[in-house]
Amino acid sequence: MNLNFKGRDIINIEELSRKELDHILSVSDKMLPLINKGSTLCKGKVLASLFFEPSTRTRLSFESAMSRLGGSVIGFADPTVTSEKKGEVLADTIRTVDGYADIIAMRHPQEGSAKVAADYAKIPVINGGDGGHHHPTQTILDIFTIKKEKGEIDGLNIGFCGDLKYGRTVHSLAYALAKYKDIEVTCIAPKALEMPRYVVHHMEKKGIHIIEKDGIEKSIKGLDVLYATRIQKERFGSEKEYTDIKGSYYIDKNIMSKAKNDMILMHPLPRVDEIRYDVDGDKRAVYFKQAHYGIPTRMALIALLLGAVK
Amino acid sequence: MKEDKLKVEKIKNGTVIDHISAGKGLDVYKILKGIEKQSIIIAINVPSTRMKRKDILKIENKQLGTDEFNHVALISPSATVVSIKNYKVIRKHKIDLPDKIKGILKCKNPVCISNYETYIVPEFSVISKDPIVLKCAYCEHEFKM
Repeated sequence: MNLNFKGRDIINIEELSRKELDHILSVSDKMLPLINKGSTLCKGKVLASLFFEPSTRTRLSFESAMSRLGGSVIGFADPTVTSEKKGEVLADTIRTVDGYADIIAMRHPQEGSAKVAADYAKIPVINGGDGGHHHPTQTILDIFTIKKEKGEIDGLNIGFCGDLKYGRTVHSLAYALAKYKDIEVTCIAPKALEMPRYVVHHMEKKGIHIIEKDGIEKSIKGLDVLYATRIQKERFGSEKEYTDIKGSYYIDKNIMSKAKNDMILMHPLPRVDEIRYDVDGDKRAVYFKQAHYGIPTRMALIALLLGAVK
Repeated sequence: MKEDKLKVEKIKNGTVIDHISAGKGLDVYKILKGIEKQSIIIAINVPSTRMKRKDILKIENKQLGTDEFNHVALISPSATVVSIKNYKVIRKHKIDLPDKIKGILKCKNPVCISNYETYIVPEFSVISKDPIVLKCAYCEHEFKM
């Protein structure tokens, strides 16, 4: 299999094979010591960080990753300061930036925008989130967190809880897990927010054993990983419905006492109150570490796509 | 003349799209490209022994190609296409929905980039022909016709 990443785009986690994912994880691991030591792997290279939508973790970790590789960053975090405000179309912005930088990381509110950027750019494009569609670098850092914290991904019992219906990070992670072996997935969500059937069918087709439950307390006991997500108010028809569900989907010290000693608790962040602050001190709560893993994984992707590493 | 006899004139040369589901004739007209300058006869809701009621589209002096009329399957899979020369049927065509549809339909996903950037030609892959299910090449949203 050709594992040459140079010049490629990363638009969708589905485009990556298990072997390619494993290779990205292995390169990410090699990037860990370079975070503090620094490196010149991408010296003289420029990352264009094009954020048409607000972002904290994704944008800052892309920019930090490029800096730690010895490269530099241009871009914007607010599209109102760009020619988009004057009506410039995405294709023209991309063709312009194509001459200013060596690689693009982009977040855009419209679904499919990353494909358009990749169609018009000659340089590699990394999708930093295109609306509710794909967010492959989040999935790569999620997978990397599981691998680092649990040692292996194959054979784990992974729980998803919260908003499984609209949460794109959950869907992408489910698709990525479908590439691994002997995975058991426990979906914990109220009926209104259950995992979409097409995601469940995809996982089942790939041999994943799926259990669907309602209620965290009853389900947490056998899990190796619990991936929590935020329940968004705008998804509900009434304030009461939202308050009722929110009130029954949170993780606190008491619920964590029922989990295995080596379970890890993950969250893509930002959280609202689905993970109570009293859990933050628990060694099993790895969500900030998970956010930090955005650096080595994005360093790995930038270096691979620029051909700085193989 | 029988009460329910078809009252649509024959054409000398051109293409006839027959057996269109009743009420879909105008939609078929809209989906066809390159016929804007032709004389066209549209019969709507006319009697049919096979379908009880049907629509018919007669396009004068234009022989449609396979790529053009295959898109009719998106609107009315039951439709048939015949080429006419000197008032005679010279060829009957089978309508077969292509695997890719480009530039005909708009994506139904309101947040799809193809609905915002006008230079993007909407493109879909046909993932099921019965029922017809299309998948947008940009947002990957799937929808039934």
